[in-house]
Amino acid sequence: MSSREQILAAVKQHQPEASVLPSLEGLSGSMPGTLEAYRKVLEGLGGSLFEVKDEKEIPALLAEHYPHLQRIITIGSNERAWINEDPHLLENVDMAVVPGLWGVAENGAIWLTEQEVQVRVLPFICQHLAIVLPKSRILPTMHEAYEKIGAPQNGFGVFIAGPSKTADIEQSLVLGAHGAKSLVVFITEA
Amino acid sequence: MNRQTADHATLADRFNENEPRVDWHDQTLWWVRAKRDKMARSIPEWEQLRDTASAIKRNALGNLYEYLIQFEQQATQNGAIVHWAADAAEHNRIVTGILQQHGVRHLVKSKSMLTEECHLNPHLAANGIEVIDTDLGERIVQLAKEPPSHIVLPCIHKKKEEIGELFHEHLGTPAGNADPQFLTAAARQHLRKEFLQAKAAVTGVNFAVAETGEMVVCTNEGNADMGAHLADIHIACMGIEKIIPQRKHLGVFLRLLARSATGQPITTYSSHFRQPRAGQELHIVLVDNGRSRQLGREDFRNSLKCIRCGACMNTCPVYRRSGGHSYHTAVAGPIGAILAPNLDMKDYADLPFASTLCGSCSNVCPVKIDIHQQLYKWRQVLVKEGHTTASKTAGMKMMSGVLSAPRTYRAAGKMGRWVMRAFPGMVNNRLNPWYKQREMPAPPAQSFSQWYEKNKKS
Ligand code: SF4
Repeated sequence: MSSREQILAAVKQHQPEASVLPSLEGLSGSMPGTLEAYRKVLEGLGGSLFEVKDEKEIPALLAEHYPHLQRIITIGSNERAWINEDPHLLENVDMAVVPGLWGVAENGAIWLTEQEVQVRVLPFICQHLAIVLPKSRILPTMHEAYEKIGAPQNGFGVFIAGPSKTADIEQSLVLGAHGAKSLVVFITEA
Repeated sequence: MNRQTADHATLADRFNENEPRVDWHDQTLWWVRAKRDKMARSIPEWEQLRDTASAIKRNALGNLYEYLIQFEQQATQNGAIVHWAADAAEHNRIVTGILQQHGVRHLVKSKSMLTEECHLNPHLAANGIEVIDTDLGERIVQLAKEPPSHIVLPCIHKKKEEIGELFHEHLGTPAGNADPQFLTAAARQHLRKEFLQAKAAVTGVNFAVAETGEMVVCTNEGNADMGAHLADIHIACMGIEKIIPQRKHLGVFLRLLARSATGQPITTYSSHFRQPRAGQELHIVLVDNGRSRQLGREDFRNSLKCIRCGACMNTCPVYRRSGGHSYHTAVAGPIGAILAPNLDMKDYADLPFASTLCGSCSNVCPVKIDIHQQLYKWRQVLVKEGHTTASKTAGMKMMSGVLSAPRTYRAAGKMGRWVMRAFPGMVNNRLNPWYKQREMPAPPAQSFSQWYEKNKKS
């Protein structure tokens, strides 16, 4: 008997009586899905937020708040050569500006998939990360988020909530472990 | 495998020799527990979430056979290669085989308690393959040649000065620098190089969805993603109990996990791996290693609901004052003490006794496992099977006698309080193991049950 058959047989023999799945109704309570609620949580996580009319305002804001950026990758710009290059070469990206799909007010998370970021490692390997999210896409809790996201459409998706961090050394919080050292969210009107 | 060398009490004694450190450990974990409480209270439907999570896991265990087959089918369709390992040895053989086939001699690994349980690192080292643990806490204990002492906070037993020393020795940071910010920056630099060189990445799995064949991995550091998205080969290792039925159930678990673990609203990254990226190989190793046996133990099967948040450890008065290493098993604390005897009753017979049965663990558990009740049940099984020492066996008999007779319980308490007041030296002496390195608190003039009796009337 292969290990597969052996494990499955033991599981089948030992599994308890089947029970019904619980309903997920009413779990979100009365959490607000507002920009104010989202901003408060995001700032608590060490991220920052700017409201902009549209994406054209972003470069000037970046130049003002991150004066030392050398290599910036902006999804949707004409500069696309990097998409087909070895992802290891993204190591020197100082800032990546990527579109987010849904924001979650209760925990500050933003959902993005490989379709938007093009190269999976981009939002992790860049030194700083900017996510652009339309205001209308902020939802109260994770339940609404999964409802909106629905079935997976591609191979990879991720919720990102704040900059990368660690507290492994005596529980002192340090931002910038392995992923982006800072996160800025641009909320567009729409 | 690593035979037991000393039991929990002996190892806890060793940890207690350094009193300031024990106090720090105790207080820090309690602080993490307090952060968890604050988060839990900020969600009005918290208890409903716990009930729901527990019910989803119950459904998952009751249909595990069907869900495993569904998961395998979906994952295969997604382009992953699924492997099945009956035990730790087979898991290690499978991982080694994949690496050898590709000539990989160097890999990065993100946190996976399963690979700790299977002792993957020493096995790979014996086969000439170098593993770099990339979670900062795990890298620290790896440099110190120690196992993690906590499933979420692997080096919570270490002080920053010791970490500074380790980094000075291994990474060349200046001697005497113990600043967490500085040391983290040094580790980031050092591990970036490793990520950029590694041909293969091993990750753990927090949740695997039967419906979609995808796996969710949660980290704050981003190390699982840095590893998996840069390497040519991604090997995800998971216990068979990680399966949940549907994607929407992730909403329930992701709301509970980080809040229970560290008091954060969610981990920085909750990554959903479904298909390998173009040109990449994705392997999933499904590991039993005693889980199907635990599933058959009616009294203990609920332990398989565990989502490894660590809350039961942070709140446990014994764990906080004895340290993770005293449990001499990969998963320490109250939940570890239920899981380990399933793997080896004899080697881990001491662990279910390393508890005061106060029930604090069960109160915080996000999936509502009856942890302290299972610990009590293990004691009975272990005594019956003859795996305990004579004194524990006698103690158990007396315990169950006293606890089942409220009259005796009250009389015993009364007598104890009297003895403590009259002859403190009799309790706080070298013969009583509970009071080593401890000052006895002054006994209350009135016991809780006396107080309760008196105040009930008013
Ligand atoms: S038993 Fe419960 S509290 Fe303990 S680690 Fe598992 S899920 Fe968390």
